[in-house]
Amino acid sequence: MGLLAFGNTGWGDELFFATLMTIAVAAAAIFIGFFLAAIFASFKLSKNKILNLIGSFYTTVFRGVPELLVIYLFFFGGSGAIMYVARIFGYDGYIEINAFLTGAFSIGIISGAYSTEVFRGAVQSINKGQFEASEVLGFRKKIYYYKVIIPQMLRLALPNISNVWQITLKDTSLISVTGLVEIMRMSYIAAGSTRDPLFFYSFAAVLYLFLTFLSMKLFNKLEQHYNKGY
Amino acid sequence: MDLEFISEHFPRLLKATKLTIELTSLSLFFGVFVGVFFAILRTSKNKILFFISYYYSYIFRGTPLLVQIFIIYFGLGQVEWIRESFLWVFLKEPYSCAILAFTLNTGAYSSEIFRSAFETINKGVVEAAESLGLNKINTFFKIKLPIAIRQSLPAYGNEMILMLKGTSLASTVTLLDLTGVAKHIISTTFRPVEVFIVAGSIYLLMTFIIHNVIKLLEKKYGY
Repeated sequence: MGLLAFGNTGWGDELFFATLMTIAVAAAAIFIGFFLAAIFASFKLSKNKILNLIGSFYTTVFRGVPELLVIYLFFFGGSGAIMYVARIFGYDGYIEINAFLTGAFSIGIISGAYSTEVFRGAVQSINKGQFEASEVLGFRKKIYYYKVIIPQMLRLALPNISNVWQITLKDTSLISVTGLVEIMRMSYIAAGSTRDPLFFYSFAAVLYLFLTFLSMKLFNKLEQHYNKGY
Repeated sequence: MDLEFISEHFPRLLKATKLTIELTSLSLFFGVFVGVFFAILRTSKNKILFFISYYYSYIFRGTPLLVQIFIIYFGLGQVEWIRESFLWVFLKEPYSCAILAFTLNTGAYSSEIFRSAFETINKGVVEAAESLGLNKINTFFKIKLPIAIRQSLPAYGNEMILMLKGTSLASTVTLLDLTGVAKHIISTTFRPVEVFIVAGSIYLLMTFIIHNVIKLLEKKYGY
C-alpha cells in the first residue's frame, strides 16, 4: 500500500486529483451533451423534414463511429479548425486548445447523441392530453414547453440519463490518449515509473467501479425523489 | 475534400478493416459462449455460482474497456506464474490479449441480455415440455434456448454494434485495426477530416449491415 501514500512517496494524492479530473471531464461532457441533445431532439421531433434529417444524421454518425476516432478527429483537427476561423479574422499565430476542452467536447458530442435519443423518447411518451389541456388553459407555447413538457420529460428520462452518465463516465478513460491527466493517464504514468502496471490498472478499475457505484446510488435517490407523486 | 488523397489511403484503410472485422467476429463468437455460460450460472440456486456470475458482470460492466485491455495486456505479464505457464504464448501477443479482453467484456454484457431473456420465458412452456416427457437437456436446447435467442435479438444487435466500436481500442495496444491505421494516417498527414470521413463511413457501413441483418432475423423468428 506504500504505492498509494499521499505526498512525495506515493501516488495517492496524484490519483485522487486524477479522479477529480475524471469527474470534471465527465460532468462537462454530459452538460455539453444535454445542450446538444436539447437542440437535436427538437430537430428530430419537428415537422420539418430537413431538420429531421440533420437530427438523424447527428445521432447516427456519433453513435455509429468509435469514440476513439471522434477523439482523434478533435484532437488533431480541433486546433486546425479554430486556426482556420481565426485566419479569416486576420490572426495568423498558432492556437492550441487544451486537452480538457478537447476531451469534454469530443465526449460531449458523443454523449449528446445518446441523450438526444433519450430526450426524444421521453417527450414522445408524454400524454397528448397534456398539450390539449394547456391549449385549453390558454398557455403560450413557451410556457407549455418550460412548465409542462420539460419537467415531465426530465422525470421520464431519468433512468436513461443515468445510463448515459455511466457511458460518459467510462468514455472519459479514452481521453487519456490526448494526454489529459485523468485516472487512466495517471495510472499509465504511475505504472511506467514503478513498473507495476497490474497494481495501478487494477486500482484504476477499482476507482471506476467506485464512481459508477456512487452514481448509481445517486440516481436511484433522484428517481425516488421525483417519483414521489406517482 | 481531396479525392486524390482519399484514393491514395483508401486501400490501407480497407485492409485494416479486415482486422477490425476479425476482432469483432472472434470476440462476439467466444463472447456468446461466455455470456450463455454466465447467464446459466446466474439462474443457479447455488449462492457461490450466483455471486461469481453477478460480480463478473458487475465488474466488467462497471469499468471502462480500456482498463480491462490494459490490465490484461500490460498487467498480466507481470505475474510470474503466468509468464511461466503455457498461457504466456497467448498473453504476450497483443492480438490474443485484445480478443480476450473483448470476449470477457462482451460476455458480461451479453450474460445480462441472455439472463433477462431466459427470465421472460413463460413458465407454462417449460411445464408443457416437462409433461411431454422431455429431459432437462432437451428442454434447454429445444425449448428454452430458441425462445431466449428470439427474445434477446434486439438487445444483442445493439451489443454487436457496441463491440464493433469497442474493437477500436485494439489500437491502444499497438494493433493496426481501422482506427489504428486511421490514427497513423492522421498523425503523418495532418488531415483529420478526410480520414475521419472515410474511416467513419466504413464503420457506419458495418453498423448498418449489422443493424439490418438483426432486423431480418427478428422478422424471420418473430411471432
